[in-house]
Amino acid sequence: MYDVVVIGAGVTGCAVARELSRKKYRIAVLERESDVCEGTSKANSGIVHAGYDAKTGSMKQKMNVRGSELMEPLSKELDFPYKRNGSMVLLFDENKRGELEALLERGKTNGVKDLRIIEREECLKLEPNLSDQVVAALYVPTGGIVCPFGLTIALAENAAVNGVEFHLNTEVKTIEKTEGGYRITTGKETFEAAVVINAAGVYADHFHNMVSEDKLKITARKGEYCLMDKNVGDYVSTTLFQLPGAYGKGILVTPTVHGNLLVGPTAYDIEDKEENNTTQDGLAEVLSKAGNSVKVVPTRKIITSFAGLRAHEQGGDFVIKEVEDAPGFIDVAGIESPGLSAAPAIGEYVAGLVAEILPKEDKEDFISTRKGIPNMALASDEEKHALIQKNPAYANVICRCEMVTEGEILEAIHRPLGATTLDGIKRRTRAGMGRCQSGFCAPKTVEILARELQTDMSEITKRGSGSRFLTGINKE
Amino acid sequence: MKTSIIIIGGGPAGLAAAIAAKEAGADDLIILERDKELGGILNQCIHNGFGLHTFKEELTGPEYAARYIEKAKELEIPYMLKTMVVDIASESGVKKVTAMNREKGLFVIEADSVILAMGCRERPRGALNIPGYRPAGIYSAGTAQYYVNIEGKMPGKEVVILGSGDIGLIMARRMTLEGAKVKLVAELMPYSGGLKRNIVQCLDDYGIPLKLSHTVVDIDGRDRVKGVTIAKVDEKGKPVAGTEEYISCDTLLLSCGLIPENELSEKLGTGMNPVTNGPFVNESLETDIPGVFACGNVLHVHDLVDYVSMEAAVAGENAAAYVKGLLKETCKEIPLKAEGGVRYTVPARIDVNRMKEEQIVRFRVANVFKDKKICVYVGDSCIQSLRKKVLAPGEMEQVKLKKVKLLEAGDFDSITICLEDA
Repeated sequence: MYDVVVIGAGVTGCAVARELSRKKYRIAVLERESDVCEGTSKANSGIVHAGYDAKTGSMKQKMNVRGSELMEPLSKELDFPYKRNGSMVLLFDENKRGELEALLERGKTNGVKDLRIIEREECLKLEPNLSDQVVAALYVPTGGIVCPFGLTIALAENAAVNGVEFHLNTEVKTIEKTEGGYRITTGKETFEAAVVINAAGVYADHFHNMVSEDKLKITARKGEYCLMDKNVGDYVSTTLFQLPGAYGKGILVTPTVHGNLLVGPTAYDIEDKEENNTTQDGLAEVLSKAGNSVKVVPTRKIITSFAGLRAHEQGGDFVIKEVEDAPGFIDVAGIESPGLSAAPAIGEYVAGLVAEILPKEDKEDFISTRKGIPNMALASDEEKHALIQKNPAYANVICRCEMVTEGEILEAIHRPLGATTLDGIKRRTRAGMGRCQSGFCAPKTVEILARELQTDMSEITKRGSGSRFLTGINKE
Repeated sequence: MKTSIIIIGGGPAGLAAAIAAKEAGADDLIILERDKELGGILNQCIHNGFGLHTFKEELTGPEYAARYIEKAKELEIPYMLKTMVVDIASESGVKKVTAMNREKGLFVIEADSVILAMGCRERPRGALNIPGYRPAGIYSAGTAQYYVNIEGKMPGKEVVILGSGDIGLIMARRMTLEGAKVKLVAELMPYSGGLKRNIVQCLDDYGIPLKLSHTVVDIDGRDRVKGVTIAKVDEKGKPVAGTEEYISCDTLLLSCGLIPENELSEKLGTGMNPVTNGPFVNESLETDIPGVFACGNVLHVHDLVDYVSMEAAVAGENAAAYVKGLLKETCKEIPLKAEGGVRYTVPARIDVNRMKEEQIVRFRVANVFKDKKICVYVGDSCIQSLRKKVLAPGEMEQVKLKKVKLLEAGDFDSITICLEDA
């Protein structure tokens, strides 16, 4: 019997699990994929929104503003890449200045600090590559960027170190009410828990509807992106939004926290919750609309494109509450943008809800900090020497584009919740995220994974069963 | 640590450059190679056809490499393996190369001269921006070649290849011989980017269709590739609606061009040619930083390794002359202009006084041309021309500039290489 079972190891589920691990709960996180951070959390803008956009008084607003405050201290505590780079909401049409002003007012009401409207001239001082159409902007110095994988993995690792059990490759099949809580069956074992946290992203409605008569509907809203080479990463320094429309915050142009340039996303509701493919039209739309914000979109520098699915709830707000007709079952649903920014606050808030249902004392031995994988590409010469001294594998470069060494890959495999797949290595170390997109390093990484996991190379997958790299041996 | 010449890369270019430098009297030199052996990409190119120009015989890639490796060992040229160069800087003429390996950790070597010979890499899916899912089963042709030829493992069983570059063509044959079904090769352009002989020997001989003016417009399969959709493209390379065709397969190989790997050159600050993605060099294959030379695929992508070796030897000789103080300072570098179907030239500048009696200028053309002549203009006068029945982008072309003719031409500000009707 568990005190709490969390369904879903995305950023929300991991943030909740980490907060809960401060207390003496027995906790399990159930994840259908082979790793944490495999759904919406892996494919988004990587933005820490300041909080001016969400409707005042909404859960989105509360969680976003608080999350944005928590993010910087958390990034130090858990050692993941975060940067406060500021953002701008661009105005292209003088007739819509009223909307920009309304956004400014809303931001102030929402408690966002230091934001102001700046005119074209000042915009250009901050961002020389803005397009000719920009007439003014809402400047938000508290906006930030974060590594979505870094954040999610850091939360998960820290939760694991504090005793949370992660059950990967474990897909929840059924949930039933029992006397003391819920019985959850999976493709593998059965779990009993007093409290269930439903952090299942686009599938949160599916699980909610197993226990409640008050039905929930989550729509998958696809967003497509193009990612560009680091050599154009400084084309802009702040995150450039366009004045928002009905379907979210529109196409943005932003540096990533790792120094690439990112443009996207589109926003289209789709039927199939697995349909995270990019499309010709979607990518064309991203590139064409990004062209409204900046002079030239460096399309020749694209290194990859991807799509993510946002979990959109009809009401347009986060649904974070105990389900009325299912006591002990807490929805953390509809976590679309600004979900990444809000995650630390959601963790804190949900831990509070759980504490009301199931009070427990704090752990005396809670470990609040975590050290990330060393990063040879960013290390100083002294740090490099020290790492190599510790393990010469830090001198063996595997991914040349991002300069990731064998030492970092070994660390990614052998730490708590270590990587078992190529994508797992990629998200933990950036091996394969550079301009050759793993052309050179994939075979080497596969070899290291097979050696360290003591299995055959043919067993190594991109991201779990069904995604094997090799199909057999020659002439087989 | 100090030396005269550091050669970055121990592939065909680095080896030939080092050998030539040593033979020209530079005794103090070292090759830094990131892989576990010398030879570079040739080690995985087990097909034959290498060395027809250099050795007048048909060798496999490893055999061709072995000739140079043996020679380098015979000349006692030092080298370090599994050594990654992470930075090059030039401070008042001294080149500082920072590298890493397991034995020595992070270290710096100072040298008078550096020869850039880092080779190139393949253009990935992302750079082509092919829409669809992102499953396992999408490989660059070179990665597939590594698996099949080095590891003896198959990356897939039913294969579609996008791009008719030489590696793609070679892999169509390799995968077929190892038991895979290669369904087709799609090529965006109306002509192949590979050598004619490879189309005949790797596709035609095995009945593998080559679909020109076609591209992949969608990739299906969430975990592993299940199929791809190909479509015809118009003159601008845009897919034509209604021509889509779904091909089921478990593997998509990409052979869509090679990109010189110049991160280090860019860090160093050599001027880069946006057409070749390699550094601009003069007739001595010296970049715009004195004492830094470039050769092989890092300079511009070659079709035949024989030309890489020849070019690299020139860089090696000149580096040796440079460190011995025998390479005269350039007084006037004349720019070479690529026009009328010629995409670029290597070298990009020539110092007529410093050049040898004959200077090879290598280039590629922008399209398939028939019955043309390659012309060399100085001002309005054509000083040299050479008739060609066929020119194609897949084959590197060359013209030999004669010093006497340039001297006869008197004073001029540029030399133009172009194509004209024969």
